[in-house]
Amino acid sequence: MGEKKIRVMVAKPGLDGHDRGARVLSRCFRDAGFEVIYTGCHQTPEQIASAAIQEDVDVVGLSCLSGAHRYLFPAVAKLLKEQGAGDITVVGGGIIPEQDFKLLYDAGLKAIFVPGATLDGIVDWFKTNIKPRD
Amino acid sequence: MERVKKIKSGDVRTASRLIRNLEDGMDEARAMMKHIFPLTGHSHVIGITGSPGAGKSTLVDGLVESFRKKDKTVGVLAVDPTSPFTGGAILGDRIRMQRHAEDPGVFVRSLATRGALGGLAKAVGDAIHIMDVMGKDIVLVETVGTGQQEVDIINHSHTVIVVLIPGMGDEIQAIKAGILEIADIFVINKADREGSSKLRREIMAMLDMAPASAFPAGWRPPILKCDNAFEPVGFTKSLEEMSQTIENHYQHLVKHDLLGSRVHRKAAMELNEAIRCSVLDPVLSALAANGELERMVEQLMKKDTDPYTLAEEIARRYLKTAP
Amino acid sequence: MYFAKEVLDSSSEMRRKWEDEVKKVIAKSADQKPRWSTVSDLEIKRLYTPEDIKDMDFARDIGYPNQFPFIRGNQPTGYRGKFWTFRMFSGMGDAKTTNERWHMLLKEGQTGLSTAFDFPTLMGYDSDSPKARGECGKCGVAIDTLEDFMQLVDGIPMDKVTTSMTINPPATALWAMYCAAADLRGIPLSKIGGTIQNDMLKEFIAQKTLMCPPDPSVKLISDTVEFGAKHVPRWNTISISGYHIREAGATAVQELAFTLRDGMEYVEDVIRRKGLAVDEFAPRLSFFFNSHSDFFEEIAKLRAARRIWAKAMRDRYKAKDERSWWMRFHTQTAGCSLTAQQPYNNVVRTATQALAAVLGGTQSLHTNSLDEVLCLPSDHAVQIALRTQQIIAEETGAANTIDPLAGSYFVEALTNEMEEKAWEYIHKIDEMGGMVAAIEKGFPQLEISDAAYLFQRQIDSGEKIMIGINKYVSDEATPIPLIEIDDAVETQQVERLQAVRRKRDNKAVKKCLDDIKTACKKGENVMPYCIDAVKSLASVQEICDVYREVYGEYRDPGLY
Repeated sequence: MGEKKIRVMVAKPGLDGHDRGARVLSRCFRDAGFEVIYTGCHQTPEQIASAAIQEDVDVVGLSCLSGAHRYLFPAVAKLLKEQGAGDITVVGGGIIPEQDFKLLYDAGLKAIFVPGATLDGIVDWFKTNIKPRD
Repeated sequence: MERVKKIKSGDVRTASRLIRNLEDGMDEARAMMKHIFPLTGHSHVIGITGSPGAGKSTLVDGLVESFRKKDKTVGVLAVDPTSPFTGGAILGDRIRMQRHAEDPGVFVRSLATRGALGGLAKAVGDAIHIMDVMGKDIVLVETVGTGQQEVDIINHSHTVIVVLIPGMGDEIQAIKAGILEIADIFVINKADREGSSKLRREIMAMLDMAPASAFPAGWRPPILKCDNAFEPVGFTKSLEEMSQTIENHYQHLVKHDLLGSRVHRKAAMELNEAIRCSVLDPVLSALAANGELERMVEQLMKKDTDPYTLAEEIARRYLKTAP
Repeated sequence: MYFAKEVLDSSSEMRRKWEDEVKKVIAKSADQKPRWSTVSDLEIKRLYTPEDIKDMDFARDIGYPNQFPFIRGNQPTGYRGKFWTFRMFSGMGDAKTTNERWHMLLKEGQTGLSTAFDFPTLMGYDSDSPKARGECGKCGVAIDTLEDFMQLVDGIPMDKVTTSMTINPPATALWAMYCAAADLRGIPLSKIGGTIQNDMLKEFIAQKTLMCPPDPSVKLISDTVEFGAKHVPRWNTISISGYHIREAGATAVQELAFTLRDGMEYVEDVIRRKGLAVDEFAPRLSFFFNSHSDFFEEIAKLRAARRIWAKAMRDRYKAKDERSWWMRFHTQTAGCSLTAQQPYNNVVRTATQALAAVLGGTQSLHTNSLDEVLCLPSDHAVQIALRTQQIIAEETGAANTIDPLAGSYFVEALTNEMEEKAWEYIHKIDEMGGMVAAIEKGFPQLEISDAAYLFQRQIDSGEKIMIGINKYVSDEATPIPLIEIDDAVETQQVERLQAVRRKRDNKAVKKCLDDIKTACKKGENVMPYCIDAVKSLASVQEICDVYREVYGEYRDPGLY
C-alpha cells in the first residue's frame, strides 16, 4: 500500500515578483497529481536549496522574468550539489534568451521552458523525466 | 543503522527522505521506525489547529522566531489537504515560514493528507518521532481542524492550540467538537477585527459549561488574543505571550505529573494507528488484489447479503479470536 | 430613453425575422465554434441592436466631452489641440546608458519620459546588497544615490518635459531625488511635472514589489499626495495602475474594478489620515491601464472607467471641482499578449492594441517593442514601437474626432456591461471593509489567480487562440537581435556606490535618516526629510531600511 508521488518545488528566486507563471504552474502540477511546494516570491538561492532538501522534492522548478537567471539558476544548482542533493533535478523557466541556454545546461539544469510552452507539455516533460525515487 | 545515526546527528536529508518513504508507505521505512521509536521523548510537541484562513501558518512562523530567540531548535510539520479529484496538493504553509529556511535550527516539512484511508495521523506521528530523534526541542504540528483525521493528528501533541478568528460567523461550530475538547490554549487571531469580544465571550461560555474534571489539575485553557500580523510590534508581543503560555502549559504538565497522561494519549493513538496499518491495510489490500472486494460489493448491490455478515466472515478468516 | 418606441418596435420585429434566418443557416452549417467571447471570457452576442441600449439616456450616460459623466473625456478639443503623450518606458544598465536612450527618444519625437528601474531599486535595495546579486541594471536603470540620479536627468529639460517614474515601495526616496535634482539645477518645484507610480495596493494584489505592510504603505503614499498638493502642483503623485493587475492574469472587468476600488481606497485614506478635502488632491490622481488584444473590450473598458470614476468622485466622495471628476490615464499595450515565437507578429498586436487605447481616449501611451518578451528592447525595436504611435496619430485618422465609437450599439452595450460588473466587484469589496481588508483576505489575488488559470487552460485546449503559440505554429526560428546587459554593470555600479559612501559626510547622512525615523514614528510627512536625506547622499536602501525597521517587512503570502 502507499503510493509514490512526484514532489515538486516551484520557486521564485530573486527580486522579480511576476508570479503569474509560477502560480499557474503550481495549480497545474497539483491537477496533474503532483505534490507541490510553492515558495512564494523573492527567495534567495540559499533559501530555495535548503527548502528543497527539507522537503525532499524530486525536482525544483525555478521561475525568473527579470534577467537575473544567469546568476540565480546556476547558484541553486550549485548549492544543491554542495549540500549532497545533486540528485534533485533543477529546471527553469521565464524570459530566457536562447543564447543563455548553454550556460544554464552547463550549470546542471535539465530543462528550460520559455514563453509559449504549454502546461500539458511541461507536465509531460515532468512525467517522462522525473521518476519517483526507488 | 547508519541512517538512524545520521538522523540522531540531525541530518536533514536523511530525515526528510525517511519521512517521505513513510508517507509513501514503504515497508523498509516502517522497519526503520522500530529503531527510531526507542530514542524518542525529547521534544515538546505542540499542535496548532483551526479553520482555513485562521492565520495558523503566520502564527507558526512567529512562534518559530520566538522559540529561536530562546535558543530552542524547532521542527515544523505542516499538513495540507490533498485534492480528492486529482490526488495532487499544493502545500502552501511553508511560504509563510521561508524566512527560516536558512536557519539550521529550523526544519520545516510539508505533508499532504493523501488518501482518506487513515494512515495520515500515523505518518505525522512518525515524522514527529523523527524530528524528536533529530533533537528538536520543539515540534510544531499545523493542521486544519475540520476532520477526524486532524483530531487524530492533534492527539499526538502535548499542548494543543486552537486558533479562531472573529467575524467568520459561527466560528466555534465550524471546528470539530473533538478538537475543542482537547484544546489547552485558545488563540483569537486577528483580534483587531470586529467580533473579537463576542468570540471571546462564546469561548468563555463554552468553557463555563465544562465540568471541572475537564481541566486537568485546574488548567483552564487561557484565551489569548493575537494582534494583526501586519502590525509588527503588537504581533511580536502577542507571540511572546503565546510562547510563554505554551511553556507554562508544559511546566504545568510536568509539575502535576500530567505529561504521562499526554504521552499515554499519544501512545494509545499510535498503537491504534499501527494496528490499523498492520492488520486492516493488508487485509483490504489482499481482498482488493484478488478481486474479492469488488465481488462482495456486487453481492451487496444485489442485496444477496449484508455488509455485517461479510465483515464477520472476513474476521473469521483472518483473526484467530474472531467470534 | 435613447430610442423612440417606434424604433424599438420595428427593431424587435426585424430581429425576429433575422433570428429565423440565423437558425436556418446554422442548421445547414454550424458556426466555427459554439461560444464567442472576449479574451477575458465575456460572452459576446452575434449582433447588437437599439434594443441592447434601450435604457440609456444620452444626456445622463454619454453626453459631451468635458461634461459629466466624462465618458467622452475631459478635453473639449479632443486630440486636435495635442495628441496623447508619446511616452516610452525605458531604462537599462546604469544612469549614463539610460540618459543616452532618453536623449535618443526625445530626438525621435517622444514627448514625455518614462523610467524603468532595475529590481534592486524597485525593491529598495542598493546595488551592493546580497539580495541584488545578478539583478543590477538588468530590467531597468540602477539608481543608488542622488549622484546616479543627477546623471540620469543630465541635459533633460526638467521644467519642460514631464517624467514618469515607475517606482512603488521606495517612491518617496526616488521622488525626493527628482525634487532634489530640480532644486540643485535651480528649477523650482512648482515648475516640474511628472508622475510617480506609487501604487502599493496593486503590488499586494498583483506585482509583488513588496516592502512594508499595507497600512503603512498607504500612509507613505498619502504623504506624497499631501506634499504634492502643497508644493509640487504639476506632479501626479499616484498612478493607480490596472496594468499589472491585468498582466497577472486578471480579466478586463477585474482590472477595471480593482483599479478603481484601489483609487477609492487612496481617496478615503488621504481624507481620513491627512484631513485634506477631496478637491485639494483628487485632480492630481492619475491612472494607468493595460490595452489588451480584444479590441472592443478594451475600448469599452476605458470608456467605462471614466464614467465610473466621475460618478464615484461626484456622488460617493462629493467632490465639487470638475477636475476631481476627470480620469486622466496612461495606457500601455499588453506585454502578456506578446509571443516569443514569430516575434515580428508583436508589431501587429501592439498596433491594434494601441489603436484601441486611442479610440478609448488615452492621454498617454507606451507601445511595447516587438522583442520585449525576450529581453530589454533594442533601439531599432523601440523606434518601430514609437513609429506605431506616430502612424496612428498622423495617418489613420483615428484622432480626427472625439470618442468615435460612441453610439455604437455594441460598444455602448459592452461599456454598460463592464461598468455594471465592475460596480458589483466594488460593492463586494466595500462589504469586506475596503481594499486593504480584501487584500488581507486574499480576495483580489485569488480572483486573478482563477482567471489566469482559466485562460491558460483555454489556450491549452485551443478555445482561445494565440497565433504562433497554439495556431499557425511555425518551427522556423526567427532570429532577432537581442540586447544584453553586461554583467560588468553590476561591478561598476557597486564601485560607484562605495565611492559615494567613502566621500560623503556619514554623520550628516545618519542624522537625516534618524529624522526620517522620527517622522515615521510621529506620523509626520516624510517627504521633506527624504529630500534632505538624498541631498546628503543617503542611498535608496538606507532610506527604505528605515521604513522596514519602523513599519516591519511584508512578505509575499504566496496565494495561488
